[in-house]
Amino acid sequence: MNNIYIILPVIIHMATAILCLASWSSVRLQKVISIVGNLAALIVSLFLFKAVYEGPILTMQSGNWEAPFGITFVADTLSVMLVTFSNLVALAISIYAIEATSTHRKKYGFYAIVHFLIMGLNGAFLTGDIFNLYVWFEIVIISSFVLMTLGGKKPQMEGAIKYVAMNMLASIFFLTAIGILYGIAGSLNMADLAGKIAAIENRGLVNVTALIFFVGFGIKSAVFPMYFWLPSSYHTPPSVIAAIFGGLLTKIGIYAIIRMFSLLFVMDTFLLDLFVILAILTMITGAIGAWSKTSIRRMFSYLIVCHIGYLIAGLGLFTQLALTGVVFYLMHDIIIKTNIFLMSGVIYKIRKTTDLRRLGSLYKDYPLFSIAAFLILFSLAGIPPLSGFWPKIQLFGEAMSSQQYILLITLIIASFVTLFLMAKIWIQAFWKPFTLKDEKHKDFFQPLTLGRKAALIGPVVGLLLVTLWMGVGANMFYEISSKIAYELMHPDMYINAVLK
Amino acid sequence: MELYLVILIGLFYAAGIYLMFRRSMLRMLLGLILLGNGANMLIFLMGDIVKGKPPIISEDVSIFTDLYADPVPQSLILTAIVISFGLQSFAIILLKKVYNLTGTDDLDTLNTHDEEI
Repeated sequence: MNNIYIILPVIIHMATAILCLASWSSVRLQKVISIVGNLAALIVSLFLFKAVYEGPILTMQSGNWEAPFGITFVADTLSVMLVTFSNLVALAISIYAIEATSTHRKKYGFYAIVHFLIMGLNGAFLTGDIFNLYVWFEIVIISSFVLMTLGGKKPQMEGAIKYVAMNMLASIFFLTAIGILYGIAGSLNMADLAGKIAAIENRGLVNVTALIFFVGFGIKSAVFPMYFWLPSSYHTPPSVIAAIFGGLLTKIGIYAIIRMFSLLFVMDTFLLDLFVILAILTMITGAIGAWSKTSIRRMFSYLIVCHIGYLIAGLGLFTQLALTGVVFYLMHDIIIKTNIFLMSGVIYKIRKTTDLRRLGSLYKDYPLFSIAAFLILFSLAGIPPLSGFWPKIQLFGEAMSSQQYILLITLIIASFVTLFLMAKIWIQAFWKPFTLKDEKHKDFFQPLTLGRKAALIGPVVGLLLVTLWMGVGANMFYEISSKIAYELMHPDMYINAVLK
Repeated sequence: MELYLVILIGLFYAAGIYLMFRRSMLRMLLGLILLGNGANMLIFLMGDIVKGKPPIISEDVSIFTDLYADPVPQSLILTAIVISFGLQSFAIILLKKVYNLTGTDDLDTLNTHDEEI
């Protein structure tokens, strides 16, 4: 069955980006086009999600070339879930950017680049061809390079050097692995490869290829020995761009790891042990890094690393229940990581700093925003009724029943460190009275007009509502995650859908 | 022919990684370019080098029985070259901008601590 509609989210973002480029001179028009485009893409992806969730895996053979020869697009539940969430985040970002991005950045094509980036993300989630995945990755990273450097401030450029170098290196690793894989298996279609790799007798060569893939994706998703570029670059661009990066860009690496290691490569004990060890080290180093920072955004950058450890940990356990936890955590993480960066942007708007030592008494001045911030911070930490709790408890339980006690202890320690840091942010930024006299009456948020305030607060509250829904209505999200985990544990469903 | 290519690819990777270990930004970029070219040649090599046998099936047979030159790796390399060209030209401009801003080529000095959101 050739379902051409699954490519629609990609097409919509491409069209939106082109329209934004066409209306280069009018930033106002670009804002409208961007919001409309995101809304359309979100609606389409929701329909797509409904169709795939209730029905079979949809596929599209581009140019009507039969599966192993042409480029296939596959919409399984994991793909459409990620497409839906990335479009949701994109909508929040395009509203938030109305006020949060300075005009000179918007004049140089901010909206167009954001849409190219989301287009690349959607394409990467939907493609079923490994080289095509590489091409979408490149579209994503070159858009992110532009977003990273847009504005041209000195710290931004310095962060960009590290970011660009590490991402180019990751792409080269990815390309090398594709080359070797093509040499040993002779195919690029992921469903076709799954069967061909299983038939290869030289398992050592297959495992080496798997590890080269893992190094490439590990750099992109900031796994332990390869994460150093992230905390030294993610705090430099404006908060709205950091929100896109923090929420979505590390997740595309995680998506690729999940896809590769559930579909193409067999998880033998060596790979499982490796994943568990790397998860432990990622969590510990991320937590220690976050502990040592006083700026909220630097702290969040390290927390991204720390929480990538949770996802890798679930993969290292590789049971259906653990993967359910991973997928649930992935959904929670996309929304909450975007939201904490958006929230820190609002704090910056109010006080013109995100350094905890110079913040204070936000609760007194903005009680309603503070309550929203409280819920966001403690959803991230995973206090029981909120969304972070459910996937974490799932992972704890699986680590327990797989008898990975060191992993279990690390998971718990990382949770407590997160909780401690959230409490620290809450006490220092919101409760503590101002200590520096000269900054007592500084407030940059109050003079803004009501519409501008709404553009800043609206997306934060909107994403918070999604987070709360995930916490309160955890059952529904658990069922979605459980279906995705079932599909991941039974890759023949994916293979049959593509190669029937 | 294959053996020479293997040695050449190894040299490209080794030189690229060595240059990336240097502290100079320019050498790092040169290293990345060498690594990228090494990867492209690796794909070329992995697709089996066959001379003078185009992948065209003659009319009287339905499948290939003979060894043929695989066109897929060549198209992959073409795509990869175009992409890396774009990335490299961006990186070169970025290096120049960073050099203009900081006045140094040393990667270890790129740690400004002021806050910018």
